[in-house]
Amino acid sequence: MSEELPVTEADLQAYADGRLAPDRHAAVEAWLAARPEEAERIAAYRRLNDEVRAAYEPLLAEPVPRELERFAAPRRWLRPVAAVAGWVALGAALGAIAGWQLHATRPAMVSSADVSLMARRAAIAHATYAPEVRHPVEVGAEQEQHLVTWLSKRLGVNLRAPKLEEAGLSLVGGRLLPGENGPVAQLMYQTQVGRRLTVYWRPEKSGSNRETAFRYARENGVGVFYWIDRECGYAIASADLEKDELLRVATLVYKQLEP
Amino acid sequence: MDEAKRLVELIPRLRRYARALVGDRSSADDPVQDTLERAWAKLHLYRRGTDLRAWLFTVMHNVHVNKVRAARATDMLEDEMPELAQRGAQSDALVVRDLDRAIARLPAEQRAVLLLVTLEDMSYDEVARTLGIPIGTVMSRLSRAREKLRAMMAGHEAAARLKVVK
Repeated sequence: MSEELPVTEADLQAYADGRLAPDRHAAVEAWLAARPEEAERIAAYRRLNDEVRAAYEPLLAEPVPRELERFAAPRRWLRPVAAVAGWVALGAALGAIAGWQLHATRPAMVSSADVSLMARRAAIAHATYAPEVRHPVEVGAEQEQHLVTWLSKRLGVNLRAPKLEEAGLSLVGGRLLPGENGPVAQLMYQTQVGRRLTVYWRPEKSGSNRETAFRYARENGVGVFYWIDRECGYAIASADLEKDELLRVATLVYKQLEP
Repeated sequence: MDEAKRLVELIPRLRRYARALVGDRSSADDPVQDTLERAWAKLHLYRRGTDLRAWLFTVMHNVHVNKVRAARATDMLEDEMPELAQRGAQSDALVVRDLDRAIARLPAEQRAVLLLVTLEDMSYDEVARTLGIPIGTVMSRLSRAREKLRAMMAGHEAAARLKVVK
């Protein structure tokens, strides 16, 4: 009692938070011991701390919405990675639906869901390979003839690599990919500054002979123009190009590949 | 790119803070989204080696303050204590909701201090830097926030007891 240090409100708050300097502990505890009402007040603060933490703790474990993750990613590389995760989940869900529909023995007419499925597949493939720095393609543009022959043979169609120089895009190369009903192909192009675009080829069932209009879809940051023209379905995908640029390229591709 | 990874890791904490700060589940991700957008635009202003979390929460605080200023007129109307006495049976969910409401009823600047101290476990110094206020202000806001919260929750408990006795 000889040299009692003044206990401040700040001391009491720090005590409630467990942030009091060790050399103040004894003084504050003695002060509280002599004042039961104050001791009860500080004890209530401690309980409140626990309650507040407990109330909001579960939010930390909640999965982060995909839109937010996209906002947290720089345009160049993280976004496609987040997009792939999203697409994989979406693809699994759609795969399940598609599988279910196949079992329902429908007539061989292809639904519009099938066409948008192609667009999604193309977007997934784009998000997967376009960010690749070292291995964006299996066969490079320097072996274009070999690439075209190989893919044509595997897909069973007469595949050609569109010339997109007038849109500022040069061929990087291409790769073979698994599709729902067999192999499909992806050709990759890029601008001088490395903005990328992919052309996705999917052979249609023989004799289906259908055509669709241009359609546009945009999800998870990848824009896709897609259509079916008799023996093949095409999807032009890019996360880097604006919609109008993408449309320009799609038109170009359409004109060149028109049977 | 280290900051980018850290930023993504901090999203759950930002969401938790925003949720407690905004008090409304449906719109709680809006300030998070605004914060992330702005953080990206301004990442070059962040000084490496300093506390990214404090920086990010500062960004969020600024975003939130701007929004709150815009909405201040409506805020004032809800300052009074509402129908606390209507509660019957207790459950954990109700306690959480009541706590949520009580926190929402604190003045915004007190709420921010209280949440950074309890949820984020920031030191008073960090809170002062994050919110750009003197440490003395941190302490007085914290003290007032707690006393109000205690009174509100005690009032609610008293109301609940009354109900049982009746």
